[in-house]
Amino acid sequence: MDGEELTEQETQLYDRQIRVWGADAQRRLSKAHILVCGMKGAVAEFCKNIVLAGIGSLTLVDNRLVTEEALSANFLIPPDESVFGGKTVAELCCDSLKDFNPMVRVSAIKGEPSSFDEEFLKTFDVIVVSCCSLAEKKSVNEKCRKLPKRVSFYTVDCRDSCGEIFVDLQDYKYAKKKLEDTVECQLSYPSFEEAISVPWKVHPRKVSKLFYALRVIERFEEAEGRNPGETSVSDLPGVLKLKKEICESQSLNEAHIPNALLERLVTNPTEFPPVCAIIGGILGQEVIKAVSGKGDPLKNFFYFDTVDGKGIIEDISNRS
Amino acid sequence: MASQQQLSAIKGAKVLMVGAGGIGCELLKTLALSGFQDIHIIDMDTIEVSNLNRQFLFRKSHVGLSKAKVARDAVLRFRPHVSITSYHANVKNQEFNVDFFKQFSVVLNGLDNLDARRHVNRLCLAADVPLVESGTTGFLGQVTVHVKGKTECYECQPKPAPKTYPVCTITSTPSKFVHCIVWAKDLLFTKLFGDKNQENDLNVRSSDPASSSDHAEDIFQLNKDETIEHYGRRVFDHVFGYNIEVALSNEDTWKNRNKPRPIYSRDILPEEPTKQNGNADKNCATDDQSLISAMTSLGIKNPQEIWSLMENSRIFIEAIKLFFTKREKDVGNLAFDKDDQLAVEFVTAAANIRAESFGIPMHSLFESKGIAGNIVHAIATTNAIIAGLIVIEAIKVLQNDANNYRMTYCLEHPSRKMLLMPVEPFEPNKSCYVCSETPLSLEINTHRAKLRDFVEKIVTAKLGMNFPLIMHGAALLYEVGDDLDEDMVANYTANLEKVLSELPSPVVSGTILSVEDLQQELSCSINIKHRDEFNEEKEPDGMVLSGWQQTPLEKDDCSKTLGNGESTSKTLPSAPDADKYDDSDMVASGRKRKLDEAVNISGEANSSKKPEVLDDDDDDLVMLDDGDDRNPAINKKKRLQ
Repeated sequence: MDGEELTEQETQLYDRQIRVWGADAQRRLSKAHILVCGMKGAVAEFCKNIVLAGIGSLTLVDNRLVTEEALSANFLIPPDESVFGGKTVAELCCDSLKDFNPMVRVSAIKGEPSSFDEEFLKTFDVIVVSCCSLAEKKSVNEKCRKLPKRVSFYTVDCRDSCGEIFVDLQDYKYAKKKLEDTVECQLSYPSFEEAISVPWKVHPRKVSKLFYALRVIERFEEAEGRNPGETSVSDLPGVLKLKKEICESQSLNEAHIPNALLERLVTNPTEFPPVCAIIGGILGQEVIKAVSGKGDPLKNFFYFDTVDGKGIIEDISNRS
Repeated sequence: MASQQQLSAIKGAKVLMVGAGGIGCELLKTLALSGFQDIHIIDMDTIEVSNLNRQFLFRKSHVGLSKAKVARDAVLRFRPHVSITSYHANVKNQEFNVDFFKQFSVVLNGLDNLDARRHVNRLCLAADVPLVESGTTGFLGQVTVHVKGKTECYECQPKPAPKTYPVCTITSTPSKFVHCIVWAKDLLFTKLFGDKNQENDLNVRSSDPASSSDHAEDIFQLNKDETIEHYGRRVFDHVFGYNIEVALSNEDTWKNRNKPRPIYSRDILPEEPTKQNGNADKNCATDDQSLISAMTSLGIKNPQEIWSLMENSRIFIEAIKLFFTKREKDVGNLAFDKDDQLAVEFVTAAANIRAESFGIPMHSLFESKGIAGNIVHAIATTNAIIAGLIVIEAIKVLQNDANNYRMTYCLEHPSRKMLLMPVEPFEPNKSCYVCSETPLSLEINTHRAKLRDFVEKIVTAKLGMNFPLIMHGAALLYEVGDDLDEDMVANYTANLEKVLSELPSPVVSGTILSVEDLQQELSCSINIKHRDEFNEEKEPDGMVLSGWQQTPLEKDDCSKTLGNGESTSKTLPSAPDADKYDDSDMVASGRKRKLDEAVNISGEANSSKKPEVLDDDDDDLVMLDDGDDRNPAINKKKRLQ
């Protein structure tokens, strides 16, 4: 037991979840500060989950103004122009989230992932980015790794009826229950850049096809200067050509990245709400584990595809 | 995003959701976001504070209001054009009959009890409407699909029976904390504050039964000329001191057990109570029942802490005082309620003192409340994931995509890299009395068992019928309904007290009884076989129903059993067992059976009902963690027809 006791109000409100993770984990949650960038459907789900769970504070970044697309899978924005006129997506989500749990401090700030500096980033314990370019993901992740304290970094994206989560907990120690005893465990994570640079031919057998497909699309968007998710069916020939090149350079059989899958992802870059709920739920759970230091965290990619219905963990690290 | 084809199936669907709680709130949101246009939602519950950490459509200001109605209003705020119809009602009400169910394209369950799940299953079968069923506990959850004639129904596999304990374990030989809780809640609490006329095994069976039972009558009665303090101490000394001494005198019992230690109040508490009385009066100058608390009057704050024997004893006496002074009207008709603070305090203290006496570790109020109230662990994330999976299955059902229906398990620890594990649904169980017409058979002593025993122990408890009608050939033996005339009611009441072989149309060996529930449109026939003797231990009902089985009760050396729950019909199929939370607390269905099989498939023990773990479409071989991947039976696909 460390730190002060939970208040009566907290014990009452969080009763059912304290029965799952214990009072100690609940106290640690209430001291965690979390930053999220890119308020699309999966992130909205994630924010709901951790605000309900009672984290200390949540800071939202998304400068976009509300569009039809921003509304589609996001239940945090009321579809009423008189309410959202002039406000950013982050500001609107902030208003709704505050309402979910008055004990959590929720705020919205203006900014871009590329402009975050160390001073800013080190005020957080967990950073989640979504709808970011390949370069932004790499750079925020690298900055996190240079901070004097350990900050957990996550990326999350949903396209068509698929979703991906990436986790970097750096050198992470946690407690794990084994029968009656609690044992100390340690895991060492690669950064996003390190993970995607692992040569494909040394990957474990049968890595999810989604891993490869999403890397191809990420590279395509970067080469074309597109915003994340800014693709359409007319991009398919270009994407297939890039796939061929990458497969050749990585000595991967092209059959590992089915054209039909790429077609789905390129043609339908919008989110599917049930997948947002699933991915936002898994991510919420993972962040709660990382903050409380309890339970096996996933390492280091998670995939869900509605087509086969599997939620799969892939460990893609350099095992030398 | 959904395809055009999916979107048109979604737009044309009329959906019934049963339950607006943990799963329900998430489900209603995800359905609305996914484009569903016509959603009906039934829930009889009102909102409580402990819901707010996960049922995100509710706020503190909504406490006490209907879940179904508030959930509807909250979703309309971000999706104003969806048609949502709410019913603040019990799904078992007669208005929700087969015709009501028939109007829906699919039914989605987010329920928290076995009884309602079975009821909805039967109505879905009768109305021929597909059902997507779900449940969660902590990080675990599952979604299953039930389509008549294509997949198994919810009741095709026997469900674990509610956890019960032999009476003698509770009254005389507790070995786990949960036994002390059941004793404190079902015996002592009921004896002191509940219906005095109820049969109650509170007093141990002594070698001299006459003395203890006569004696007991007065013991629990507050005498006119005594203070409540004195009464509380008298009860304390009787149940923790005298009764233990009596039990100790029965030496056989303790040959292979640790002997309990009698505890008397004079050894724990100072003789003269001093200022506590005044304190309590000041603190409780209120009519709000929730503010009457022994912890508050004694200045004990942290519900997570384990109290000392002295603190438990003070809480015990203080709680009795508060019941008799501040809640006099309740005394005599109280039933234990996990949300009744004073009741939880009393039960915690009583269970702890008993635990101490028997050398069992004591527990905090927080933990005791969980055990006594059968509180199911629940978190928002699992509910959100499960709701997403329900919508995915619902869309397949709407498109009639039977080859792709899946049961999906949400796991806490990955199995073969999977946290979400899809499994092909089973075919209907051909000997299921609910979805096939298989007759059941009942062994019973037709010369001794009354019709009432048959109705209570079989028709209601085992078959889960609400409005049964029992026929022998063309003769009506019994029926329940609102519109029966007086003669009939008198006739049925008389029949209830008759033994089977002496009914107007005698029920004997070889008789086939037909039992029907008109609301559920379920009927089944039961072949009666006469049998003289039953084993009291193994067959405590004095009758054996076969063709359908429940998991057996915990074995012990006596026959009667006590449960740990509000009632068997309202609680989950298994109660939390302090020793192994995660395993015993599985929700809703034979989930444990399936998971065990799916996760620990081992060489020889293959049954034909092995679940099929689906692997990548280009490779049908399932790689098992333990390297046992050569067994062809595992890889044999069992596709639906």
